[in-house]
Amino acid sequence: MIIGEFFRGLFLMIWRVATDQPEAKADLLAVFPPSARPVISAVLTVSPIIGIFATLFALTTLLERKGLGRIQNRLGPNRVGPFGILQPVADGLKMLTKEDIIPRSADALVHFLAPVVLAVPTILAFAVLPYGRNLVPVDMDAGILFFFAVGASTELAIFMAGWSSRNKYSLLGAMRAIAQMISYEIPLIISSVSVIMIAGSLSPVEIIAQQGRYLAGGFVPHWFVLTPWGLAGFIMFLIASLAESNRSPFDIPEAESELIAGHLTEYSGFKYALFFMAEYFGMFAVSGLAVTLFLGGWHAPFEFLEIVPSYVWFFAKLMGLVCLFIWVRGTVPRLRVDQLLNFAWKFMLPLSLLNLVVAAVWHFTAAWEFPGAGLGRWLLGAVMIGVPYVWLGRALSGSKKITQRTYRFAD
Amino acid sequence: MFMETAIDTPESKYEILPKTLSNGEMDGELLEVAMGPQHPSTHGVFRMDVVLDGEKVVKLKPVFGYLHRNHEKIAENTTYLASMPYTDRLDYLCSMTNNWAYALSVEKLAGLQPPERAEYIRIITGELTRLVNHTCLVGFLLQDMGALGTPLMYAFREREMILDLFESLSGSRMMCNYMRFGGCRVDLPAGWLEQAKRAVDSYSGFLDEFEKLLTENEILVARTQGIGVLPPDLAVNASITGPMLRASGVNYDIRKVDKYGIYDRFEFRVPLGDHGDVYDRYMIRLLEMRESVKILNQALRDIPAGPIVDPKAKLRGFRPKVGEAYGRIEGPKGELGFYLISDGTPNPYRYRVRPPSLINLTVLEDMCLGQDVADVVIILGSVDIVLGEVDR
Repeated sequence: MIIGEFFRGLFLMIWRVATDQPEAKADLLAVFPPSARPVISAVLTVSPIIGIFATLFALTTLLERKGLGRIQNRLGPNRVGPFGILQPVADGLKMLTKEDIIPRSADALVHFLAPVVLAVPTILAFAVLPYGRNLVPVDMDAGILFFFAVGASTELAIFMAGWSSRNKYSLLGAMRAIAQMISYEIPLIISSVSVIMIAGSLSPVEIIAQQGRYLAGGFVPHWFVLTPWGLAGFIMFLIASLAESNRSPFDIPEAESELIAGHLTEYSGFKYALFFMAEYFGMFAVSGLAVTLFLGGWHAPFEFLEIVPSYVWFFAKLMGLVCLFIWVRGTVPRLRVDQLLNFAWKFMLPLSLLNLVVAAVWHFTAAWEFPGAGLGRWLLGAVMIGVPYVWLGRALSGSKKITQRTYRFAD
Repeated sequence: MFMETAIDTPESKYEILPKTLSNGEMDGELLEVAMGPQHPSTHGVFRMDVVLDGEKVVKLKPVFGYLHRNHEKIAENTTYLASMPYTDRLDYLCSMTNNWAYALSVEKLAGLQPPERAEYIRIITGELTRLVNHTCLVGFLLQDMGALGTPLMYAFREREMILDLFESLSGSRMMCNYMRFGGCRVDLPAGWLEQAKRAVDSYSGFLDEFEKLLTENEILVARTQGIGVLPPDLAVNASITGPMLRASGVNYDIRKVDKYGIYDRFEFRVPLGDHGDVYDRYMIRLLEMRESVKILNQALRDIPAGPIVDPKAKLRGFRPKVGEAYGRIEGPKGELGFYLISDGTPNPYRYRVRPPSLINLTVLEDMCLGQDVADVVIILGSVDIVLGEVDR
């Protein structure tokens, strides 16, 4: 009898999640005694998140290797399974069966803890992202704040890894990582503050709700990326999140051609796999936040497409951003560490601060009533962010004395 | 899990070098890092002992010899012809020019003169080798800069076409062993010239593509301009040769100075840089490739029919008369010379290689001081070394 209830509840839960209905877990939870319900509820929420993102991680490694292969004029992995789709399984097995090496003079405890300390916050960050209309693991009022708080603690893990390995490359990589991640944390947060200002809330659910309207007969979504401050903020957020997740061209902490693998140099086997996974999880989390803040979260791009389940849109946008990251990785060379920091402090920070002003102007011109007011607001915002962008870019590149060169020829 | 080992852990794992200010005060420590011999971007088994102040280089010592193979001594213990295949292994990216330099020295020693067609074939294969070498260099330089293989794979795509040509000519893609004293080993196979023409014609397009993607790239320019400057007087004093010397603005190209072979018949220019930094070295190579394409077009147009080996040359019982000779060519990396002393026996009495890679490497520290550790890698990449030639 109770088994029948259980399976009915399970089926109803899956059905409700798939069809975007609220209160998906209610019937299943009713099977259990009230005292056990919070724990069961948490397990029911956490396990799909970890499962889905772990699968996504495996698929993304394959996508990245295939995509990079195509960018680089080669095929990518195609030996394991049809079209190489079982390559992640082979990779995982290899990682798990490799010897776990701890250098003799390493600080063994910290060396062991570092990947764990890195993996936990990256998974925690998934807790506050709304994946669909009714799929919010934790509907927290200060969700964005929570996200940045746990995101910042990953820096500690990277420094732990670099310091405890007792390897000079690891140490240099960790120093670079700290400098880079702290520098880029600031433009990352400030560029999202503009969204928080306009939305008037730190809650991801509320921010998405404010982007849920459609203009022009349902064909223009009211996403924040379609405003001048939102576009500028989105681009800065993306650049900063590339740096936060140590992706090329900001992969200087693990710069392969200079520092072997930076803080990962002395890691092998499963611990290395954890680092690798945490890097991808970090990339998913920060892309998910970008989707939430700027790209309308789980809302469809056109109103008539809202009948498609909402989580489809969320993950489609997420994977779109991940593909963008892969594309960038296959295209550009790496910056040097001082150039990277200069870029953060001299360019990204002033522009993201200015973006706050633009967002404020946008907010206060919302009351404009004269004909053409909408276009006027747009142009005003675009000029306010565009002119300083050009001016600052000119000023900075002028100071670097980069010139077009001509070459002499001798006969 | 944390195993005890029988060997004691040494007290200090870091070589701690005190850093003193000019007034004698201590100011932190310097970090000594051994980059290599197992390092992704030392282009082989090469080690740089770098002393770092933060990320700035204060001292750099190149250490090599890991790939020493006794090349010169082996050549002194075998016949002249038998060391021809060994020269392939010197700079294993450019076996054709290595063959050429050795053949030129022996021809000077024995007084042989290759026929017209052989000279043309040598020019064609030599310039194709230059294209291969410079293409690889640009790819590897970008790889060192962190561009994750994309430019390298594009470069290798073009290199494949030329290696296919070498394969159909000599039977081997990289270890060609093609030249002989007084000429070449085999004549061109049927259709080879047409295939070569197609490859050369498509090369200009490839160079345009490469330049469009890279030359104006803001990150590349920011990483390379003003980095690793080599002043012309130092370059001359350190006897640097090849594209590195010309990037420092010194007009010295052995193809123009010696006019060896039949280089005086071809019209080409020698590009010169004004700054001597990594960007100039990169650009000089790209411009040289364009000049090579010009030479190739002329040579493929004018190549005559005829014999490919000097009739006086003999393979068996080759005993040059007593004497010495130094033959040098403008290899893709610089002046590649062979110095030979003959005592009338079938083996050379002395066989000495002047490898451009080794001599160009001597100024590495001067270029790297005061730069970041990230720059060291690209400066080394712009020197263009092959460890087979450095260590011999």
